[in-house]
Amino acid sequence: MSGQAESAIQGQGRVGKVFGYAAMVAVLAVIAVPLFWIVVTSFKAHDHIYVRPAEYLPIPFTPENYSDVTTRIPFFAYFRNSVIITFFTAGIKIVLGVLSAYALSLLRFPGRGILFVVILAALMVPNQITIISNFALVAQLGWKNTFQGIIIPLAGVAFGTFLMRNQFLSLPHEIIEAARMDGAGPFKLLWRVVMPLSWPTLVAFSLITIVNEWNEYLWPFLMSDDERTAPLQVGLTMLQNNDGVTNWGPVMAGTVLTILPVLILFLVLQRQMIKGLTSGAVKS
Amino acid sequence: MSSLASTADGADSGPVTTSVGDRRDQKRDPRVPFGPPPLRRAGRKGEWLLAAGLLIPNLALLFVFVYRPLLDNIRLSFTDWNISSPQANYIGFANYVEWFGRDDTKTVFFNTAVFTIATVVLSMALGLALALLLDQKLKGRNLVRSVVFAPFVISGAAIGVAFQFVFDPSFGLIQDLLAKIGVASPDFYQKPGWALFMVTATYIWKNLGYSFVIYLAALQARRGDLDEAAEIDGASKWTHFRKVLLPQLRPTTFFLSITVLLSSVQVFDIIYAMTRGGPIGNGTMTLVFQVYHETFVNQRAGYGATVATVMFLILLVVTAVQVRFMDREQRA
Repeated sequence: MSGQAESAIQGQGRVGKVFGYAAMVAVLAVIAVPLFWIVVTSFKAHDHIYVRPAEYLPIPFTPENYSDVTTRIPFFAYFRNSVIITFFTAGIKIVLGVLSAYALSLLRFPGRGILFVVILAALMVPNQITIISNFALVAQLGWKNTFQGIIIPLAGVAFGTFLMRNQFLSLPHEIIEAARMDGAGPFKLLWRVVMPLSWPTLVAFSLITIVNEWNEYLWPFLMSDDERTAPLQVGLTMLQNNDGVTNWGPVMAGTVLTILPVLILFLVLQRQMIKGLTSGAVKS
Repeated sequence: MSSLASTADGADSGPVTTSVGDRRDQKRDPRVPFGPPPLRRAGRKGEWLLAAGLLIPNLALLFVFVYRPLLDNIRLSFTDWNISSPQANYIGFANYVEWFGRDDTKTVFFNTAVFTIATVVLSMALGLALALLLDQKLKGRNLVRSVVFAPFVISGAAIGVAFQFVFDPSFGLIQDLLAKIGVASPDFYQKPGWALFMVTATYIWKNLGYSFVIYLAALQARRGDLDEAAEIDGASKWTHFRKVLLPQLRPTTFFLSITVLLSSVQVFDIIYAMTRGGPIGNGTMTLVFQVYHETFVNQRAGYGATVATVMFLILLVVTAVQVRFMDREQRA
């Protein structure tokens, strides 16, 4: 996000600058203070959570909440399930997205435009409208509480196909044509010519997919009853259910552990992630 | 073959522009995006087979798990199916009659409308305001940009769980901040109106970053010369914003109004984690939540399918109106 084109509302005086910084601080506070609150609570001792006025520093420092949450619920099983579900769903989506995009951009065949629209239109169908019938189908197959039951219904890819197709279409034709004249077959062309020129877009697409699958809630929630297949997010809301009155220390520790992997990924690779989101939006 | 000789004319600049070259295709139907000019003679059998092989897995998944259930859902809405029994009886429009006649329909519809309108309007307006702010040359703006976008990547279920305690009327963060200025905390847990406020605010907090980055990218890609012209003309900032900036951002606003609406109508995780649709039965029940609740909690899949179908029709109409509105705007 390097801004070559600086703001229109530029060149304002000192008052504007002061106002700008004040607004920035306010925004930071609104976003960061709740996050700070979550982290602090996760390190608080039980009787320091339920006090008024609230305490903003975790004294005494209580990392036991973290060991607590990993022993009171099968935390590592949930974590493993999250990793498995994310890895396979995202993996299948990325492969299918690239292959579909390749066919829709670099091959010519009748009905190509229509098929592209058919794939893209899937974006307009909310998941929630499909859950009842999909639930019935998956239950019939005996796939409840299985990983394939969670993964396969989520594996069709519309957004990624759109993103990668646009990327492939933006490649210079001369390069592709030259490779073809050199006798490169379709898969060699894809692997040796098209993909090396498309890494940044593929990375963006992959990141968005990984984050989305990690955060997916409704479908795994319906599909899994316990720690055999339930991902972290589902485990977290089960933890919430367990205690009549929520025991916030361990629950917040669980929340932090759920959020952390994605947040780290984001902090390292935010540029690529944002590129994927915006390249589909701006100009189209 | 003029492949190597002809340079650059086909090299498309942006990642989004769809139709490249080949006027014949464009003339045939400008709305259907077509690819690059024929690289080889079209219609070769091998290519056709290869394309089929590459596309069929994805198409099959989308047909089986998106389009089939979309239609099947309509069929189910005319039955009394209970999700677990193998038997479903055709009962005509009974579910629809019930939906239109039931008392809670009004509440659910109202909740959905308030939640959706508030989240769409506020997250877009605040997103634009933040994009304008952080497009300026301010020190530390990159940090603030990251911070604003960060909640968008966090799981909605985790945010919902944690924000339940942020809003806790007895020991939460909001309660404490309000107490510092001498205000008693509203009962976010028990009062339906405040519970709806709570899930709406949480949703906006989490998803603001999306509208923000999209607007920011649009601001950075816009034409600087218009800004300069306006500055030379001595236009006031407000006039400049209304007459120069907003019109340039209109395609982005349109794009956002559809994508933000679609995702906000679909929200389930935050509501489930925070309120389970309550308090008092349906205090924060939205259409999507009702689909889940009727189908899987009350075991009335037929009725749930009816709510889902109604919701889909509403979405279809709203999106069509948005597209029409945009068309007219652009022609005007």
